[in-house]
Amino acid sequence: MGMAAESQFHVLAVDDNIIERKLIERLLKTSSYQVTTVDSGSKALEFLGLDEHGQSNPNQPSVSPNNHQEVEVNLIITDYCMPGMTGYDLLKKIKESTSLRNIPVVIMSSENVPSRITRCLEEGAEEFFLKPVRLSDMNKLRPHMMKTKVKDQKPEIQEEEEEEEEETPEVFQSPQHHHHHQQQQLSNNNNKRKATEEGLSPDRTRPRYSGLTVVSN
Amino acid sequence: MDVIVQLQAQFVEYTTSLYREGFLDDQFTQLQKLQDESNPDFVVEVVRLFFEDSEKLLNNLATALQQQCVDYKQVDAHVHQFKGSSSSIGAQRVKNVCVAFRNYCEEKNLEGCLRCLQQAKHEYYLMKSKLETLFRLEQEILAAGGSVPMMT
Repeated sequence: MGMAAESQFHVLAVDDNIIERKLIERLLKTSSYQVTTVDSGSKALEFLGLDEHGQSNPNQPSVSPNNHQEVEVNLIITDYCMPGMTGYDLLKKIKESTSLRNIPVVIMSSENVPSRITRCLEEGAEEFFLKPVRLSDMNKLRPHMMKTKVKDQKPEIQEEEEEEEEETPEVFQSPQHHHHHQQQQLSNNNNKRKATEEGLSPDRTRPRYSGLTVVSN
Repeated sequence: MDVIVQLQAQFVEYTTSLYREGFLDDQFTQLQKLQDESNPDFVVEVVRLFFEDSEKLLNNLATALQQQCVDYKQVDAHVHQFKGSSSSIGAQRVKNVCVAFRNYCEEKNLEGCLRCLQQAKHEYYLMKSKLETLFRLEQEILAAGGSVPMMT
């Protein structure tokens, strides 16, 4: 567990176009990320341990039979326009899944459609990249993956990263919440405000792993 | 040494002309930035993949447009793929034809689509031959013991 800080971030890249897959793989590897590529949303869900109905399936490559994480996925980057399951559909399924919703998702598209971008960000995507994706875009991924890693390692100060950003405005908006409510609820109040900027969902602040253990509540 | 310098100058001139004439755009430069000692053949590999994939797409397009009842959604899906891959490697002129092609698909304009297919084929094969020339020049430089100039 102590090794986690040293290990590379692992990105799952989803794109139905073979050339774009090769490109994104190279971009990610050049940025020192570990990469797995798949050519469809359904293959992505399979890899992540879900079947198409969003049900957990322990007999999948990324989850061992003992339900311990073998292959952690720290971020999912997906094309928007894919046959069958679109990148948006995939995003929704991930955010609806209790085990996966904390994994940051980034959408890529060759088309600059503002309503599409808004929809994705509102659904919880962290970023929206226009294709062709460049090396400089890869640097934008790290902060999103860092947030999840910090939570994994230090659950008791889980709020620290997000508090810094949210606390100041919170003081102006509703100082009472600050004193009377649990820290988790404090972040809950902010999720709507942050929705278009960061796509935070209420559950992101809970101490969860970045995705693959099946959590039974 | 003279030979190397000559070949390098040829390479630079040829590459510059490809950019100037719109065959290549900045994305091709981005591809080259991803090539290094640990991945010395990255550009060639991607381009070869592009060639394979494109020729399949062009065949699929020809077949799709020959149908009694043309499925424009299917045609558009192929063009979308072609546009994506050509854009990813910096094949600007091919990409531009794809943009026009998609408009004709939307209009369900058969004549327009057929014309675009011809244009796409033309631009693609032209691009292919130019890239092959470029790669050949690179090989000549390397064979002569020189290094390939980095285009910025």
